[in-house]
Amino acid sequence: MSKAQPLGGTIFTPFFMAMMVLFAISVYFLGVRFTEGMGAVANINGGYPWGIWVVYDVVIGTALACGGYALAITIYLFNKGQYHPLMRAALLASLLGYALGGIGAFIDMGRYWQFYNLLLPWHMNFNAVMLEVGLCVATYILVLVIEFAPAFLERIGATGLLKALNKVLFLFIALGILLPTMHQSSLGSFLVAMGYKVAPLWQTVYFQPVLALLTALCMGFSIVIFEASMSKVAFKLDDETHLLSKLGKIIVGILSVYLVIRFAEILMHGKFGYIFAGDKNSLLFIMETVLFIIPIVILSSQEKRNNPKVLIWAAVSMLFAGSLYRFNAFLLTYDPGPGYSYFPSVSEIMVTVGIVAFEIMAYIVLVKTLPVLHKPKHA
Amino acid sequence: MKGDFTTLEKRLGVSRRDFLKYCTGIAASLGLSTSDAIAMAEAVAKPKKRPVVIWLHGQECTGPTETLLRSEHPTLERLILEMISLEYHQTLDTGAGHQVEHMKELSMKENAGKYLLVVEGAIPTKDGGVYCKIAGKTMLEHTVEAAENAAAIIAFGSCASWGGVQSAYPNPTGAQGTQSVLPGKTVVNIPGCPPNPYNFLATVMHFLTFGSLPELDSQNRPKFAYGRLIHENCERRPHFDAGRFAKEFGDEGHKKGYCLYKLGCKGPETYSNCPAVEFNDIGGGTWPIGVGHPCFGCTEEGVGFTKPLFSLADVKTHTPPNAFPEISDREETSNVTAGAAAVAGAAVGAIVGGAAMAAKKSGSSDARDSQD
Repeated sequence: MSKAQPLGGTIFTPFFMAMMVLFAISVYFLGVRFTEGMGAVANINGGYPWGIWVVYDVVIGTALACGGYALAITIYLFNKGQYHPLMRAALLASLLGYALGGIGAFIDMGRYWQFYNLLLPWHMNFNAVMLEVGLCVATYILVLVIEFAPAFLERIGATGLLKALNKVLFLFIALGILLPTMHQSSLGSFLVAMGYKVAPLWQTVYFQPVLALLTALCMGFSIVIFEASMSKVAFKLDDETHLLSKLGKIIVGILSVYLVIRFAEILMHGKFGYIFAGDKNSLLFIMETVLFIIPIVILSSQEKRNNPKVLIWAAVSMLFAGSLYRFNAFLLTYDPGPGYSYFPSVSEIMVTVGIVAFEIMAYIVLVKTLPVLHKPKHA
Repeated sequence: MKGDFTTLEKRLGVSRRDFLKYCTGIAASLGLSTSDAIAMAEAVAKPKKRPVVIWLHGQECTGPTETLLRSEHPTLERLILEMISLEYHQTLDTGAGHQVEHMKELSMKENAGKYLLVVEGAIPTKDGGVYCKIAGKTMLEHTVEAAENAAAIIAFGSCASWGGVQSAYPNPTGAQGTQSVLPGKTVVNIPGCPPNPYNFLATVMHFLTFGSLPELDSQNRPKFAYGRLIHENCERRPHFDAGRFAKEFGDEGHKKGYCLYKLGCKGPETYSNCPAVEFNDIGGGTWPIGVGHPCFGCTEEGVGFTKPLFSLADVKTHTPPNAFPEISDREETSNVTAGAAAVAGAAVGAIVGGAAMAAKKSGSSDARDSQD
């Protein structure tokens, strides 16, 4: 097995500069948010206290950051060592996704200076659905840092520390599987707490956690495919389609289970009619379901799965499906009562775009300076 | 126990049930248990000798007496006037002139060391205290003389507690509170303008039942009543935390019951149980903030009668950031802007475009790979 190496090369490419511009714009709006307040930047209101900073940055952002989680299950739980070359890149993407999700939650917090109280046991509210997610995500970010630490330690040549860490790393890998299982399902449970405000097609009392978890896993596998394909093109790396296409097979399995549960729940509760009601909700549901079915259709066929071009589209469709599922449930079909409406403001969107730009910048810098990806042999 | 209360029913003319309810209510405002309520009931039902009360009036508006007369818990006049022996009170005495002054002197001599002294009103000290005289003697002399042999001294109302409105700048009469003219004595302060009668009654009941005074704070105010900021128990507090403020009298926020902080409410720096006990026993938020007027800090020396009515309070807990989203005026408005829609569309487009590029390049690199 080839060893991961820093890719090297110039960091300040035109693309990188463009990302910096986007990030600078978001820093400006964050400045406004912290000096003049939330109202000056965000369109959130009494009916929609959660805007895109929560729904995209936290709920979708962490699901998109499930690559490390999904691969950890495959590699360590099912002992599929052949995927190991993908692991570090996936962990890095997870770390960045989760860290920025945490920052997103902080930005969105009205009284952010009270944040530390979350970590003080005597201030914890054990009846809060948010507590589990907050603590679990915070812990998982630390676990991801430790899981990713070997790349950094290899780079600085701290072999002694690396050896010591490798001895206990299995504990953190185990935590790295347990924690996302906990909070990704809890992110789904938020919807249970929102009750009747969630549209019937998306509300289910018993299956919210499992639906959230299954889609998060599929999004995790898809982001590994997406990110590996993008890296391959951007950094001219070796083709890893043989590995990625097998991940595609896993997606088909999980996604089928998801769709069966989803539709069984809808049928059992007599909500089938809503799908064909012809209103906004039914349209969004159909869009979402089509996006879920596209990857199943593509990835079921061995030939299509092995074609990197089509594989990307399957992954992208899956990412959009998982994101739309969350956007639908949390925002688009969410009904807090008459009179309320929400659409993110330009400044709000630019903050999220800037956060994603920062994520991409950090990814580029780290893969160029730390041993994360595998350089092509002939290069 | 039932027998004990039948005599009481006759003596006070209240039913046993009403009487126990009253005692439980008083115990509750002191934060005591039901068994203490029974102890109080017994203290009243079996009085050894009703404690003597000497009540002095200085510079004031008789507000504290008025507020006490209006306390509506079962029959104040029957219960309290039967329970204590009010031997001297300028407003309530039937007699007048030398007759009552003589009675007062006799009573103080007879009950030396046992009577309860209540002071109402500030005590002028400038020019020998000539600005308030009763029966030829200054209020200062009356107070010092009565305090000499008092078992306990209660300063009732803001004026008696620290001078109140009389002591406000420029304080032409040198008005002072009871404590400052009685150095070395413990004076229980029950400030308020008017003070809440139940804080007074509860303190007296505590003294009668346990023979001691309730726990006091650094300004000698009973902690059960003045232990917490008004801000902490205020029913408008959620509006403060959410950043919803009335900005002028009669504006929309004011009509909706928003926080009065920006109208100069001194709740954030004033210690009192007003939001919990309220006034006049009619419930429903009958207290200044409850009816839409900012608190002016009457129980707090240095705030009431001192700070301008509409200046912002010095918030002792968290200061409100002017930073919360406005949640009131978002209804019925669609906040989609063309710019936002364009940016959102561009973001989604960029992802799809990026994926398309990657797919295209991926395919071509494969072609190249296969040629290699």
